[in-house]
Amino acid sequence: MKQLAIIVSWAAAVFACLFLLAPLVVIAAASFSPTPVFDLPTGGASLRWYSRIGTLDGFWPALWLSVEIAVLSTLISLVVGTLAAIAITRGKLPGSEILAAALVSPLMMPGLVLGIGLLQYYRSVGFTASWSGLLLAHLVITLPYVARTMIAGLSRFDFTLIEAGLTLGCTWPQSIVRVMIPALAPSFLIASLFSFLASFDNYPVSIFLTDVRTKTLPIKMLQYIEEAPDPTIAALSTIILAGTVALLLIADRAVGLSRMAGTAE
Amino acid sequence: MTEAMPAPPKLSDPERRTAFLLSLPAAMILLIMFILPLGLLLGVSFTGPEGFSLAAYQRLLTTPHYLSVIWNSLKLALVTTALTFLIGYPASFAIARARGGWRSLMLGCLFLPLAASVIVKAFAWTILLRSDGIINSTLMLLGIIDEPVRMIFTQTALIVGSANVFLPFMILPIFAVVAQLDPRLGEAAAMLGANPAVAFLKVTLPVTMPGIIAGVALVFSLSVSAYVVPTLLIGERYPTLAATIAKAYLLTQQPAFGAAAGVVLLSIAIAVVILSSRFGRSSGGLS
Repeated sequence: MKQLAIIVSWAAAVFACLFLLAPLVVIAAASFSPTPVFDLPTGGASLRWYSRIGTLDGFWPALWLSVEIAVLSTLISLVVGTLAAIAITRGKLPGSEILAAALVSPLMMPGLVLGIGLLQYYRSVGFTASWSGLLLAHLVITLPYVARTMIAGLSRFDFTLIEAGLTLGCTWPQSIVRVMIPALAPSFLIASLFSFLASFDNYPVSIFLTDVRTKTLPIKMLQYIEEAPDPTIAALSTIILAGTVALLLIADRAVGLSRMAGTAE
Repeated sequence: MTEAMPAPPKLSDPERRTAFLLSLPAAMILLIMFILPLGLLLGVSFTGPEGFSLAAYQRLLTTPHYLSVIWNSLKLALVTTALTFLIGYPASFAIARARGGWRSLMLGCLFLPLAASVIVKAFAWTILLRSDGIINSTLMLLGIIDEPVRMIFTQTALIVGSANVFLPFMILPIFAVVAQLDPRLGEAAAMLGANPAVAFLKVTLPVTMPGIIAGVALVFSLSVSAYVVPTLLIGERYPTLAATIAKAYLLTQQPAFGAAAGVVLLSIAIAVVILSSRFGRSSGGLS
């Protein structure tokens, strides 16, 4: 019986891993396809699609916009979310449990509904700057990830360490920079990673807030796939995946993937 | 946790003011960019050509077509949640018990797909599930089927793709709880004379309940509002609430109707959050 349970759980884990990797393998394989069809390569490999990424219509502006929005919204959310997480975990705030729940709640709300809500909202107040509108919207997408990770991280942080720093002759800003930020570095790393990916890959909110000139990469990608699904998109995704493998290896060394998955170790 | 909240400690005013100021920017973003837009959407959903109107809701909740659209969204979420749970629950035990490199490798398998765009993953499934795709060829090679089975643009394709995209969100919260369990808990139950099935039902299942609730709530709320996966893997054959909302805004310009569909979808998500926090409280687990 116990053996059976162990076999079942290992079988499920191996299946889950293969199942999750399957589409990624297809993408990577298709990127080397010698033929202009988004499919598994038959006979020979080719790098031609990699050199074509940059020539996709409107690719560079879309990539730049997505990176810009993802980096800026992550940075702002990191500052704002960490400050709020300090207020919440120190328990000095009446109603802090409600605020904590509210900050994480957009994570569970349908992105599409937030998208149309913001569209109506911007229209009704006559706000037409699509770049800033997109950035503000992405703050709502990234803030829950930062708040969740930082609340968890800060609830394990010993605030008396800051006082220790003060006693040892640091000023307030010094003890924050030298004591608190290094101790929280793993949480910052995890929060940034999730927050960046959430913004960078967002489709359902952005689709309602972009105009002809400001299109994010996911919107462009769906458009490319619907118009002409050639392996260029696969090549682009493979580069992003390779970058992520590198990031995960670094994160595993620096933080440990178990900790990223939310366990306290 | 079930007791009434303790009275807030008496605080000196400066401390409270600092805490208030620290949380102010986040609270403002939440209010201005999240609560107000959703409130406005609620208002829009009740507007007709002559002011207040229930027409959008009437159309949505009484037309058989739109009732089936709502059911489609719920069915997609129910099946995706059940399937990811059946795979994810046992899998998270193996991942939690694995050591060193194996554990990192399996966690890497959970994180890596999060870096590939949903759009690209869904498209990869259209390749895998094609009539001349790998899955059909393998099944034919193994002699399980004689001729290619049509999978793409069917509900099978939809469920496979949706389970694939949302599986990490089921495993990660459950893993986080299982990894902190003492493996000797089951042995202790066995020593006290419980047979394995009873030990599982009375000990393991209850203590992992917070992870189960978190995973189920997350996967359900993500899949009930999924837009990209149904669009690419089944399309018009399986209209969902999300597709209805997008169509009302991007194609037919019927904001009131789209807003009403949005409010229905939002209500489902809010119900999931409320239910999960209620169950979460009644099954506190071991802390």
